[in-house]
Amino acid sequence: MITSVVYSYYVVNPNVEGKKYPATAPYLVGREKVREFAHAVKSSNPVNLDLFAAQAAGYTDVVAPPTFAVVIQERSLATVLADPEAAIDFTRVVHGDQRFIHARPIVAGDELTSTLKVASVKSLGAHSMVTFETEIFDAANELVCTAISTLVVRGDE
Amino acid sequence: MTHINISALAVGDVIGSKEFLLSRDSLVRYAGASGDFNPIHYRDDVAASVGLPGVLAHGMLTMGVAVQVVANWVGDAGKIIDYGVRFTKPVLVDPIDGAVVLVSGKVGEIDSENGEVRIDLTVSFNEQNVLGKAQARVRL
Repeated sequence: MITSVVYSYYVVNPNVEGKKYPATAPYLVGREKVREFAHAVKSSNPVNLDLFAAQAAGYTDVVAPPTFAVVIQERSLATVLADPEAAIDFTRVVHGDQRFIHARPIVAGDELTSTLKVASVKSLGAHSMVTFETEIFDAANELVCTAISTLVVRGDE
Repeated sequence: MTHINISALAVGDVIGSKEFLLSRDSLVRYAGASGDFNPIHYRDDVAASVGLPGVLAHGMLTMGVAVQVVANWVGDAGKIIDYGVRFTKPVLVDPIDGAVVLVSGKVGEIDSENGEVRIDLTVSFNEQNVLGKAQARVRL
């Protein structure tokens, strides 16, 4: 009986703390994708939508809204959620918090890859809190954005 | 460069506020744009089956919409260099009326040396805050 309790206790394998996942395949940021995302978050900001406004502001192309990096982060997270060692039950996941730290804004034409690290795994009663740190790099391998996401994985009550 | 004069700012200054209507259409549009197709954001039957009172907005949609108040103020969204939130309450989106999310921003901190300002956002739905510690750092 005790053994089965121990085995079902963790909703996330705590041993994956510190684990790093390999870089995702390059993601090419399209101009229309930036505009589509900008419309979806109800942006009316000219640099997000208008090529000439973006260029007048000194950018090479339209600028992605500050939360666009989530698209890249999701690709990294998908590799963790598919990792049997991490053993995260996707149906029990709730988004706890999110942060994007930009070294520079993402612009259309960027070819981005990301690497993900499990920064921490904490238990909170029956639940687990997993913090992921995704670093997003451009084609020159310069850091563009660090995305930090905490997911709460609900355990059995 | 922006049109904002950092030396004229004071902590507590209100930079703007706006109401955003999130309809079911907004959720479908965001699902497509972001690639987050979790059905709890567009299917009542799936939402009910996991014990939710109804279809919820993506937390990331609320986060993405809220920062537009900062973008409108600064003029160039590319100046927002750091943005974080905590998801504290869900936004329930009625199939007919949608959900009205109210966002307001004020100056939380001024770093004149680096030309940076932190904007603190208050984001509410049905008179309850739905985001906690919603802070955006802007390089002017």
